Amino acid sequence: MVVQVYSTAACPYCHMAKEYLTSKGVAYQNIDVSVDQEASKKMVEISGQMGVPVIVVDGKPIVGFDKMAIDAALGA
Amino acid sequence: MKIYDLIILGAGPAGITAAVYAARKRLDFVVITKDIGGQASWSGDIENYTGYQFITGPQLAIKFQEHMDSFGIKVIMPQSAIEISRQEEKIKVITDREEYFSRAIIVATGKNPRLLSVEGEKEYKGKGVTYCATCDGPVFKGKNVVIVGGGNSALDAALQMVNISPKVYIVDIAPKLTGDEVMIQKLKQSSNVEVFNNAIVKKIYGADFVKGVEIEANSEIKELAVQGVFVEIGLNPNAGFASGLKKNESGEIIVDCYNQTNIEGLFAAGDVTSVPEKQIIIACGEGSKACLSAFRYLSTHSFSSQA
Repeated sequence: MVVQVYSTAACPYCHMAKEYLTSKGVAYQNIDVSVDQEASKKMVEISGQMGVPVIVVDGKPIVGFDKMAIDAALGA
Repeated sequence: MKIYDLIILGAGPAGITAAVYAARKRLDFVVITKDIGGQASWSGDIENYTGYQFITGPQLAIKFQEHMDSFGIKVIMPQSAIEISRQEEKIKVITDREEYFSRAIIVATGKNPRLLSVEGEKEYKGKGVTYCATCDGPVFKGKNVVIVGGGNSALDAALQMVNISPKVYIVDIAPKLTGDEVMIQKLKQSSNVEVFNNAIVKKIYGADFVKGVEIEANSEIKELAVQGVFVEIGLNPNAGFASGLKKNESGEIIVDCYNQTNIEGLFAAGDVTSVPEKQIIIACGEGSKACLSAFRYLSTHSFSSQA
């Protein structure tokens, strides 16, 4: 399973989402869109919106820190 | 049916502090909340919370959470109350997912960003319209943005964007910006900022994403080509679900100096209440006071085991 988190440094929900993944023992790639302009564009492209965090599990984007959606995606 | 001693609604500074006190009083209680840290999580730099000469909002929120977690407090998340009502000796809380019962309640649900309530706002939420400049600001690098509001949070958002946006508009309903003079001066020195006072946003338009806003400034209609709309026009108390509680004209729950509301056994604390001055340290103090009052209420009342 490949998990990516598109985030910004100052965003509390990004922190919460990353902490949650860590607590579940899920390894993820953190992508800070405030320093990576290309990644920022890609995030908008795949999620169809401009808010962080976006958590991508095996190519499927979840917008925001939605615990239940994350659980469902990880369980699948 | 499980009846808790206490249910705490909300886990911002007030709710978390109430929870820490409740744990130390060994109450049988639960915290029901949609998130942890509340507005403290959204705050920038904090330099007036005693004991910390400097700490960021998210860092302080994590400290609060660690303190709560050290007691093994039961937190039900994410859930939001949609109705609370007293039923004889117990109080019923209906959330967006379940029902709970307790002898006492502390409402510490804080405040949420106020909406513009204009055409296009809902449609373009997340597609250019944002309520957390701190979070989403960097995604708008290289794009023109409009900040709606003129207080400190609006100016904070504007200062964050001046370095990464070609053009930053500020649309403020007041005749002049009301934020701190230090920030106003900094903005005046930025060549890419344009301020409209006595101005309101009429509508937000676009295609898949925001393309612009229509504003009315000094009775003149103008269009601003922007990709981002940052709404920073203040906050509304999250008290709509507490329909039986008395509120002031701002919708804040009225409490006495013991944090008691107009309904026995129902207490409230923090920014959702009528207590003057919305500060993290005040919310914490109010949360502790509410818990001690709830504890006193519980220990001076006897309840039959069922009702």
